[in-house]
Amino acid sequence: MQTKKLTFRNAWLPYLLLAPQVIITAIFFLWPAGQALYQSLLRQDAFGFNTTFVGLDNFTRLFQDDLYVNALQVTLIFSVGTTLLSMSVALLLAVLVNRMLRSRDTYTTFLVWPYAIAPAIAGILWWFIFNPSIGILPYFLEMLGISWNHRSNGNQAMLLVIIAAAWKQISYNFLFFLAGLQSIPHSLIEAAAIDGANKFKRFWTIVFPLLSPITFFLMVVNVVYAMFDTFGVIHATTEGGPAQATNILVYKVYRDGFVSMNLGSSAAQSVILMAIVVLLTVLQFKYIERRVNY
Amino acid sequence: MSSIRILNLSKVYDDSTHAVKQINLNIDDGEFIVLVGPSGCGKSTLLRMIAGLETISDGELYIGDRLVNNLEPAERDIAMVFQNYALYPHMTVYKNMAYGLKNRGFSASEIEERVQKTAKMLEIEQFLTRKPKALSGGQRQRVAMGRALVREPAAFLLDEPLSNLDAKLRVQMRVEIKQLQKRLKTTSLYVTHDQLEAMTLGDRLVVLNQGQVEQVGAPLEVYNRPETLFVAGFIGSPSMNLIDIDHLDKSINAHALSSLPKGTDILGIRPDCLSSSQPNEPSIQLECNMTLFEPSGAESHLYMSLKDQQQILIMRVESLKQEFSEPYFKVYAKIKDIHPFNKLSGKRTD
Repeated sequence: MQTKKLTFRNAWLPYLLLAPQVIITAIFFLWPAGQALYQSLLRQDAFGFNTTFVGLDNFTRLFQDDLYVNALQVTLIFSVGTTLLSMSVALLLAVLVNRMLRSRDTYTTFLVWPYAIAPAIAGILWWFIFNPSIGILPYFLEMLGISWNHRSNGNQAMLLVIIAAAWKQISYNFLFFLAGLQSIPHSLIEAAAIDGANKFKRFWTIVFPLLSPITFFLMVVNVVYAMFDTFGVIHATTEGGPAQATNILVYKVYRDGFVSMNLGSSAAQSVILMAIVVLLTVLQFKYIERRVNY
Repeated sequence: MSSIRILNLSKVYDDSTHAVKQINLNIDDGEFIVLVGPSGCGKSTLLRMIAGLETISDGELYIGDRLVNNLEPAERDIAMVFQNYALYPHMTVYKNMAYGLKNRGFSASEIEERVQKTAKMLEIEQFLTRKPKALSGGQRQRVAMGRALVREPAAFLLDEPLSNLDAKLRVQMRVEIKQLQKRLKTTSLYVTHDQLEAMTLGDRLVVLNQGQVEQVGAPLEVYNRPETLFVAGFIGSPSMNLIDIDHLDKSINAHALSSLPKGTDILGIRPDCLSSSQPNEPSIQLECNMTLFEPSGAESHLYMSLKDQQQILIMRVESLKQEFSEPYFKVYAKIKDIHPFNKLSGKRTD
């Protein structure tokens, strides 16, 4: 690709134009990240009177801590569950909407709306729907003989946060899948139909493989979302409970740091989270660059 | 291989556009039929109806002896070559060709054998492991042909398969398609808007206009005796001069005009049937003024306007002659070279 070289008359202008973004990144990302890195190597006494340098001790302690290992497992289940649920529902909806001709835009608008809702509000919404004493869903489940109480049942709590977290992400995934489906030339599907593939086979052998770059991109975005962006959902519904059953890594960072005031451990946890983000991003770029030329 | 019978086939879209109107056509086993017409004439719609990609609003369609109106495309035993080739981009050439066979439950060894045989015939063996993106336009075109051929279907449907190629390649592929079809003798339907392709490829032409068949016939038959004004203007390049009889000098041409059939009010004259020297047989005479000379090597074309009229006529000439630069010069057309038409009915009068 040819890159255009632009020359500015004033040598400072390009820096000035970049400044807002750089300043925001520095204040809200680089500085806190640096602080976290530094803090993760320190330990405070219970009253915050003195702080000592402990090296990597915070990290070794974390991996020996059953609660942290539990949080890792919970995060894994939660993010895989959220990603699978939100992506499969989104793909199903996209395929259905893509078959519409005139009503396509209307459906798209309605399906994108949930994305405009703040995570905490979405959490409250699900809190009400699933509330064991006043919620509508436990009432219906009761009729089917299922007793719903996510305040005492850890699995039900996990299901609840997965549904609540996935619900919001469906809109985003839906838009990408719809765009992906629309970019597949119709003649390919027709050629496959003539080649004797039924609807089901056409989807799995032609459409789905052609969507794979988008699917992979969304997978990374969704895992990142589930791991780092779902604080609000957890906070509004289960607050990590019952008995740590939905205490995902991000929520544990907040609880340990700002509720239990164990800053050193909390900082070490956020450094580990940072490392995971870096890993996922690298993975995404590597894979996408490889896949782009098929 | 089989014949195709089309009975009163119609296509009406939801917004009540009538794309194909009551078409009747019998295609013999092994015949190469070209559907030709301007864009929007319904030729692609007709082809897609035969393929099963468009529903049939009315009429009957038989492939062989089977009524296929309500059959899925896969069940009709046809193969189609698309304008944009529609190769599966995530599969290698081999897999592209094997896909249809696999879906039909052929054994791996038979797939291998058929793909290799077809690849050899089309000289694409060395590309079998490549993906479509790594091929040139002409190679992709061959693969698209190969994917159709490998299935050995009852009929081939080709939807403007050459229009994405450059001019030179197009001529080369045109010849190859014709030779291939002559060798395999598979019933073929070829859609094009290019009348040169239509003339050179088909055993028979079907000229379509506004969803209706204007004329069916062998290429030269259609060229030599166009049945309607539309066909007269569409087939032939440069196109036929269609002159309103009122634009002629009635007194000079009185005798010649009287020998034309009754009801004739449009005279169709091909550019190569006009001449600047008077023939010694019955002819009409026109007074013209040169507007443009267009040399193109083997033959040249002279654009001229009829005296006192806006209409532009085209005449084929060998060279630019002195007399053309005069304000008005005479051109002649033999009576036997004139195609007489009636303006109102659009039909031939003889």
